[in-house]
Amino acid sequence: MTARSRRRLATTGTVVGVIAVAVICLFPFYWLINLSLRYGSELSSASVFPEHPTLRNYTSVLHDADFLAALRNSAVVATTTTLLALLVGAPAAYALAKLPLRRKGLILAGVLSVTTFPAIAVAAPLFKLWTDIGLYNTLAGLILPYLVFTLPLAVFILVAFFRDVPDELEEAAALDGLDPWRTFARIVLPLSAPALVTAALLTFIFAWNEFLLAITLTSTPHARTVPAAIAFFTGSIQYEQPLGTIAAASVLISVPLIVLVVIFQRRIVSGLVAGAVKG
Amino acid sequence: MVSPAIAVMVLVAGFPVLYAVWLSLHEYSLRTPGLSRWAAPFALGNYLTALSSQEFWSALRTTLAFTAISVVLELALGMAMALLMQRVARGSAFLRAAVLVPWSVLTVVTAIMWRSVFDPTLGFVNTVLGALGLPADTVWLGSTPQAFVVMVVADVWKTAPFMALLLLAGLQGIPRETYEAAAVDGASAWQRFWRITLPLLRSALLVALIFRTLDALRIFDLPYTLTKGAFGTDTLSLLAFRQLQEQGIVGLGSALSVLTFLVVMAISVIYIRLMRPNAGSAR
Repeated sequence: MTARSRRRLATTGTVVGVIAVAVICLFPFYWLINLSLRYGSELSSASVFPEHPTLRNYTSVLHDADFLAALRNSAVVATTTTLLALLVGAPAAYALAKLPLRRKGLILAGVLSVTTFPAIAVAAPLFKLWTDIGLYNTLAGLILPYLVFTLPLAVFILVAFFRDVPDELEEAAALDGLDPWRTFARIVLPLSAPALVTAALLTFIFAWNEFLLAITLTSTPHARTVPAAIAFFTGSIQYEQPLGTIAAASVLISVPLIVLVVIFQRRIVSGLVAGAVKG
Repeated sequence: MVSPAIAVMVLVAGFPVLYAVWLSLHEYSLRTPGLSRWAAPFALGNYLTALSSQEFWSALRTTLAFTAISVVLELALGMAMALLMQRVARGSAFLRAAVLVPWSVLTVVTAIMWRSVFDPTLGFVNTVLGALGLPADTVWLGSTPQAFVVMVVADVWKTAPFMALLLLAGLQGIPRETYEAAAVDGASAWQRFWRITLPLLRSALLVALIFRTLDALRIFDLPYTLTKGAFGTDTLSLLAFRQLQEQGIVGLGSALSVLTFLVVMAISVIYIRLMRPNAGSAR
């Protein structure tokens, strides 16, 4: 084989590989869209395109009071979790990155160890505790544990970022008589927008996605989030065919997240690399 | 400045875990409220029940098999995809976006999606198999071990692409000159992969391996949504959940949660041990 034909073969191989990867990543999700556009008897056969595409499933989902409540709950839970994680996590990360603290390594290791906790290990005690103190089936009852599970990642991403902030900035601030809190709030935070966005996105995605605690700590649409609501849609699958509705609901709640992730892809990947490798 | 963060984590994570241990030592069920006494013998009754039940060992086997198979596949496929993406010049933005779709889809939705893809009437898997002349009448989520296969496929689909992006970030940090020098020395592509790429990606691969393993050991969303643990897909988290939520046997459920926690901890410790001795000797 000449060098040229070998190169051409390699290029063809790359193109074939790229197409294969794109198809594998996208086609199953397309299939869900395909099902969501069918209604009635069309939901009893498999074909690549719906014969009479219709938006009926989407209109029925958007008129479902339980689903709308779940959307609202998810939005509140995910947004609040994100804001609190930044509010609590950013100062902690700054102190861990910059201030002279004793047992810094131990604290970081402790923070990291929280990420290894299986959610199931806190599910039972939280269920009992929340029932006793009235947090069961409330949004606050979900936000608190979500905060715990997202803080470590937020802290790690921010620690990795704050470490790279030049010390001269803080030295100058100290000369001007600013204490660490003011230095942090007035000088470091405004510089940290990129890292804050990354941490916020990952926290939001976690809270939007979480399932185990969402079904353990809630019991009615009053506090159910979207993943829990969708799972309970499926419960009645044998009796009627809410399959089209489930598919439509699934597409509806996935698309905003996909758009968000694709827009911020570089931040998310670099944030996770920084959080994972440097931390 | 650190104290609020630590306070939140101790209160909402540390305390519940200890409380779970406390509950696991008691005979406590939602069916008989108020009745709460030490689980005989020696407060370890729930653990004895759990450890002598066939369900626990079968869930442990399923969880370990799922973890081993899916993590190995994810690393291998993620690596292959990362190497491929590194070669792509045109269309790389589109490819990156496509690769992020599986990661952004909610896990519950991933399960629903694969359930419809493997559905005998609504899915395309059996149609494709039939076209290839293979048996096309499998009820995937209604047979053992096919349901387990679906669970692995769904997990690999969701996580391998993202793994590829993480590894790609690592690949792009390797200076081009290293490869050029090796090529000048007559190293084949295969040798360059084993001698340069893998050793230099070592830390990225190890981190990915640890995080994926810990995630896979806790797997809950997929088996719950796909099969509720039927047909050989019952995992540790799901078994504990069923005892707690559906049976209301809080004592036994807590014991199972604590056991799950211990399995995850034990494997984390093994990883740390394995990593430490050769941490400095990256050849």
